[in-house]
Amino acid sequence: MGGFDPPAGGSRASLAHIKLEKQTSPAHVQVCLKFIFLVETPGPAAVMLGLRSAVFRAVTPLSRVLACRFSAAPIPVPNTQPEVHYNKLFINNRWQDAESGKTFPTINPATGEVICQVAEADESDVNKAVKAASDAFRLGSPWRRMDASHRGLLLNRLADAIERDAAYLAELETLDNGKPYAVAYSVDLPNVVKCLRYYAGWADKWEGKTIPIDGDYFCYTRHEPVGVCGQIIPWNFPLLMQAWKLGPALATGNTVVMKVAEQTPLTALYVASLIKEVGFPEGVVNILPGMGPTAGAAIARHMDVDKVAFTGSTEVGHLIQQASGSSNLKRVTLELGGKSPNIVLSDANMEDAVEQSHFALFFNQGQCCCAGSRTYVQADIYDEFVERSVERAKRRVVGDPFDMKTEQGPQVDQEQFNKILGYISSGKREGAKLMCGGGVAADRGYFIQPTVFGDVQDNMTIAREEIFGPVMQIFKFKTLEEVLTRANDSKYGLAAAVFTKDIDKANYVSSGLRAGTVWINCYDVFGAQAPFGGYKASGVGRELGQYGLENYTEVKTVTIKIPQKNS
Amino acid sequence: MTSSKIEIPGEVKSDPAALMASLQLMPSPVPNPELKYTKIFINNEWHVSVSGKVFPVYNPATGEQICEVQEADKADVDKAVQAARLAFSLGSVWRRMDASERGKLLAKLADLVERDSVYLATIESLNSGKPFLPTLFVDLQGTIKTLRYFAGYADKIHGTSIPMDGEYLTFTRYEPIGVCGQIIPWNFPLMMAAWKLAPALACGNTVVLKPSEETPLTCLYVAALVKEAGFPPGVVNILPGFGPTAGAAIASHMGIDKVAFTGSTEVGKLIQEAAGRSNLKRVTLEMGGKNPNIIFADADLDLAVEQAHQGVFFNAGQCCTAGSRIYVEEPIYDEFVRRSVERAKRRIVGSPFDPTTEQGPQISREHQNRVLEYIQSGIQEGAKLECGGKALGLKGFFIEPTVFSDVKDDMRIAKEEIFGPVQQIMKFKTVEEAIERANNSDYGLTAAVFTTDINKAMTVSTAMQAGTVWVNCFNALSTQCPFGGYKMSGNGREL
Repeated sequence: MGGFDPPAGGSRASLAHIKLEKQTSPAHVQVCLKFIFLVETPGPAAVMLGLRSAVFRAVTPLSRVLACRFSAAPIPVPNTQPEVHYNKLFINNRWQDAESGKTFPTINPATGEVICQVAEADESDVNKAVKAASDAFRLGSPWRRMDASHRGLLLNRLADAIERDAAYLAELETLDNGKPYAVAYSVDLPNVVKCLRYYAGWADKWEGKTIPIDGDYFCYTRHEPVGVCGQIIPWNFPLLMQAWKLGPALATGNTVVMKVAEQTPLTALYVASLIKEVGFPEGVVNILPGMGPTAGAAIARHMDVDKVAFTGSTEVGHLIQQASGSSNLKRVTLELGGKSPNIVLSDANMEDAVEQSHFALFFNQGQCCCAGSRTYVQADIYDEFVERSVERAKRRVVGDPFDMKTEQGPQVDQEQFNKILGYISSGKREGAKLMCGGGVAADRGYFIQPTVFGDVQDNMTIAREEIFGPVMQIFKFKTLEEVLTRANDSKYGLAAAVFTKDIDKANYVSSGLRAGTVWINCYDVFGAQAPFGGYKASGVGRELGQYGLENYTEVKTVTIKIPQKNS
Repeated sequence: MTSSKIEIPGEVKSDPAALMASLQLMPSPVPNPELKYTKIFINNEWHVSVSGKVFPVYNPATGEQICEVQEADKADVDKAVQAARLAFSLGSVWRRMDASERGKLLAKLADLVERDSVYLATIESLNSGKPFLPTLFVDLQGTIKTLRYFAGYADKIHGTSIPMDGEYLTFTRYEPIGVCGQIIPWNFPLMMAAWKLAPALACGNTVVLKPSEETPLTCLYVAALVKEAGFPPGVVNILPGFGPTAGAAIASHMGIDKVAFTGSTEVGKLIQEAAGRSNLKRVTLEMGGKNPNIIFADADLDLAVEQAHQGVFFNAGQCCTAGSRIYVEEPIYDEFVRRSVERAKRRIVGSPFDPTTEQGPQISREHQNRVLEYIQSGIQEGAKLECGGKALGLKGFFIEPTVFSDVKDDMRIAKEEIFGPVQQIMKFKTVEEAIERANNSDYGLTAAVFTTDINKAMTVSTAMQAGTVWVNCFNALSTQCPFGGYKMSGNGREL
């Protein structure tokens, strides 16, 4: 027992014991022990860090806050040319060519080369998939009659299967998306597994109520699935976004027609094969690779799709809502863009704030809807903060995503690459001060140098629009009132953060920010348990947590006339 | 009946041939199961008792001794509480563990119980006398599902943030209580362990659990699985022992923050008193019942007779939920009694390991005698013995399925919990009368009503002073639904 008992005076030593329990390699233990005692604030973050592989910490300190939260196992050496097993449409648990016979190429963004051709769904395939999903949802179907706890069991088995194949899925994700393999393996995959397990647990706990209504009546509510759910997911976290969508939809008993991004269809299709393997009835999940204007639009306006959930740009989000309005008023949830403010007060721990702010923006090549892309720094620490941020960005390792040392891979495609370079030009043109980077980082693939702009003004294009790339904007502010006003002066409201040691300032700023998520002294801390979604034009509805179930539930009120009511 | 004529889409058609085929696939018990764990489980280690004492454990189907088990008493409880306190100390591995990780450990425990379910069902049958197949399909499944259910809850126990008046930020946290004493009975040894362990561990408590001295074996095996699953030392401690010594030490321990007890109402009162005398530990109790089962003349009679039969005879009548007061509406009373007697006579009593057996022995000689004594009192007080009434067989603790008709509400067999295979059938005329008589009991655990009339169903279910009311079914327990008693049937709800 002694090994688990923290000595008086602190919990760090006990962390060391955790570490010793988990790690087997002496080298890892040594590094981790050292690291643990360096942690400033013992707490959940310290545990996360402690539980992570030392290798990862040593080479990619940037991503450690997220990455370090998960698996204690060392990262397996990747196969840099994983085989692609599935490149067709998945309808009714069967693999099918597109009706049109069309295919499209999916590209490895690190090289610009074609990985393979993938069947391209359009409207007629969407019709087939919706038919399959409707059939699977009919009254009396195996899926509708299944115990809620059994739906949970299937989701748990899916999580287990993904965990089993995590290394392969991480390789495929890296190949298709360009994100560093070490991150895919230690951030994306564990989060996918956790999300599915989390919603597995909800399946038989999403309870209606009995309600004491007036009169001689008995009243109760049932939480029923909405029906056929169209789900359109983006390319920045292909597997994770798939899990965020499937977890709550399936836990609550819906059926799904999912369109995956044309940039990154491969991992979602592999997961489709696992969905079949673990025993989901046919038609419950249908997965269609395809383009937004064809397949995506067909889902959004389909008369037999009861709900559509979309994650992607605000521009397309507008189209989805419109299509719902002009078709069958299907329920719409949206998780869209952001221009999230990250506010660093002068009393913050400088080293930590610099590192977290760097991570907030550059994580995932800057391709995060919640990226901290407006870094507001209080005037008295501004110069030091900029200097340190630039120094940190210059140290950022850009390169082959399969290289374990790599912190930043390529952007996802040529279009994004061009768009980001265009934003960098506009920043320079509009008078922001380019402190580092600003250019292309390799002679092939879609690599961009980590870029930092200082002296950014609120009205510049790079201060208002979502760049979705490795481009950091740093602003100066003086007072809390001023920074709150400026931070909220955006059409977006997805996420925000504040760095300060002062509890009153932390509470004041976090209450005042118009954003769906506010992090205090941390950034990009996600848990399947905690809801995520946007204010204003950043979205409608919340994903994750218990709140995420509401998007996939119709509430039915049943009222029974009774002879006599009694309390 | 009309109800069976409704066409329900997708309804599974019962196919006798398919049923027979599935019977061929029935699992068999493990022959000569090895008993590896007979000691006290503290800090993930096996201990002999401080006193050096052991006690014998019996096979109730034969009356023969199975083995001896280490007997915990106060000194061992003290050791276990110390381990549990240490495991619960601030900064411990268990306290710092992510809630989702606690859930994962519970899910792992469920997987391990599932892996070893045939072995566990074998031991459970051997030690408790329950028929093997129902043990496998009811007890083991119930155990596994309960562990999985609460595994899923570990990271979903939300506090709230509260818009209070003034310049304040208020939020609540749901924190574990601390060291929980748990005392469980012998009628569903594994399932009761799961009902206790799963919520306690999902919420992050540590546990000192005493299984019944009659049936400690499966619980000790689960202890080994707790360790295998990876729970930190001291989180779960399992102490076989007796109520007046180990049980009382738990109930009155100053280092235990909460005690949960399932068993008799008599002992429940002692637990509550002990908490009051010591540290005001939180007390939850799940105790006896004398549960009414009300059958209206418009009910589906086949269904009602079978459900009422199972409702009282399931588990050899040894259920706190047993529907032991059957109120039948006058017009169908005679027919109901006739069919119930016929059904009871068909009930197969025999070896728990015979796949056709419906009813095994009572748990012990002492309990067998107690049930037989109740039967005698029924005869003496003038109830009509329709069938059964005697002990059965030369060895083991079997009792014939017994049915009494013309039972009056003031007879002992109508008021006291018999906990045996003895069915009491009463007659009633009006809804109001049935409600009043049904509620006229110190107990309030469960109740049932059989009717095809929605108004009667709603009226009776609303009026019943009982923690659970079943409509046109009985013993439909599920891990998702809370369970517990009104009045002297208990405090709090489980599941």
